[in-house]
Amino acid sequence: MKSKKDPPQGKGSVSRRGFIRGVGVSGGALGLVSTSVPAAAQGAGAMGPGPVPVTLRINGQTKNVTVEPRVTLLDALRNHLDMTGAKRVCDRGTCGACTVIMNGKVVYACSVLAVDAQGKDIQTIEGLGQGGRTHPVAAAFVRHDAQQCGYCTPGFVMAAKGLLDRNPNVRTEAEVEQALGGNLCRCGTYVGVRKAVLDAAREMKTRGGRNA
Amino acid sequence: MHAFEYASPATLQDALKLLGQQWGQADVLAGGTDLLSLMKDGVHTPRRVVNIKGIKELGGIQASGTSVRIGATVTLDELAESPVIRKSLPALRTAALGVTSPQIRNMGTVGGDLCQRPRCWYFRGGHGLLARDKNGQSLVPNGENKYHAILGNRGPAYFVSPSSLGPALVALGATIKLASTMGTREVEAARFFVTPASDTQRETALMPYEILTEVVVPIGMRNATYEVRQKQALDWPLAAAAVALKMKGTAVESARVVLGHVAPTPWPATQADQMLAGKTITGDVAEQAARAALADATPLSQNAYKVQLARVAVKRALLEAAKGRA
Repeated sequence: MKSKKDPPQGKGSVSRRGFIRGVGVSGGALGLVSTSVPAAAQGAGAMGPGPVPVTLRINGQTKNVTVEPRVTLLDALRNHLDMTGAKRVCDRGTCGACTVIMNGKVVYACSVLAVDAQGKDIQTIEGLGQGGRTHPVAAAFVRHDAQQCGYCTPGFVMAAKGLLDRNPNVRTEAEVEQALGGNLCRCGTYVGVRKAVLDAAREMKTRGGRNA
Repeated sequence: MHAFEYASPATLQDALKLLGQQWGQADVLAGGTDLLSLMKDGVHTPRRVVNIKGIKELGGIQASGTSVRIGATVTLDELAESPVIRKSLPALRTAALGVTSPQIRNMGTVGGDLCQRPRCWYFRGGHGLLARDKNGQSLVPNGENKYHAILGNRGPAYFVSPSSLGPALVALGATIKLASTMGTREVEAARFFVTPASDTQRETALMPYEILTEVVVPIGMRNATYEVRQKQALDWPLAAAAVALKMKGTAVESARVVLGHVAPTPWPATQADQMLAGKTITGDVAEQAARAALADATPLSQNAYKVQLARVAVKRALLEAAKGRA
């Protein structure tokens, strides 16, 4: 578990992120007490249940964290790396708000252990639009008002980017619907999302680059 | 989620040595799409998790002249996109694409689909696989049972098998390979799925010290899967049917019809199989087969609607398979 102090957030206030991190630490201590060595023979290469060093490659940068094996990629991103773009909603691989791209494929960050994400190329919403330019998918979401409360939006944008990376020739709403079948929007902004993704597909083809 | 020890061995032998002799000691991690949820809900509290994705021999799809071998860690996306599956085993491709979330298809594996635990909300809520109250009475028959079994439900199990690929594998006569430190054994898909008779049993033949390594599926039959769903987006089907047909000219020589999501196991509809032998499949014949398949259904208080959905699945799967090649 990360032990460094939270960065100052203002006049003596406790940040929400710092509070969550504190809860995580106490949960980890409880877990350690209640866990004993398995009856199975001790195997080579087993690690944990205490914190272990984990190296992640996120948006082209190497990040080191020390987390228990039970910590998901999503919680490592949000609670240990201050990358809060991927959202924790259902935490059961159902809603899609935590969608990231791992080795070129969309996955739910809540359903991947951080230790298991080592050695993979991870893209998160924070990696889009680097260099001050909005990514075409994100720009299309703005143009088509494809969000309301916005909490599902980073997941939708990453799922849409994953779709267009895999198939730049997307032309129909049916294709978009199938590709975004793993993402839910409780505000019901699907009409705008479908238009935005098709518009982004056209724009990216015209500009001739996935990250144009 | 309880804390656990984690290992990611590179060989099958190393992985097998890390498993326990009893359930609860160690869990096998592949895609993680079911296991992580089970652990977060406290339904599974393994002391060790053994990741098998790093074991090369558990991956890959290879075709011979008569069968296709599918490794346990092949993802549902790899399965659906495989040219040989597309050509010879459309029943498996349709079932894999029926997992209508790209995120799940990219992570979820063939072995995981077969070993995933039931979606029964009593089980997921901590009431055990047989969902009994403290007096030993099942909570299901008088409870919320609209997604529960309509066949094979005379008790004590009322959950439905959640596997998407199971019905097709049973219909096609696939073999499932299980490895332990003592060697490997092969189980017919139809015998891999088990209706538990007591709380100490599970819903598959897999033992706690075994790893499902691969599935071998015969080719050469016309086959199809049809799933009836509440919504097109991510969810399990309400009812499904997979069919495999051996043809003689335009007539069916022999048929295997297997229902999904209606019983504690993929459910072989042998009355339909018998009815179809020697027939040419038309709309009327498919409908008669569908009626025969559900003739013995015993719906619970809230799920009689599933009988008709399952009939529709059988009819449409038969009509789809009858069009096919092979």
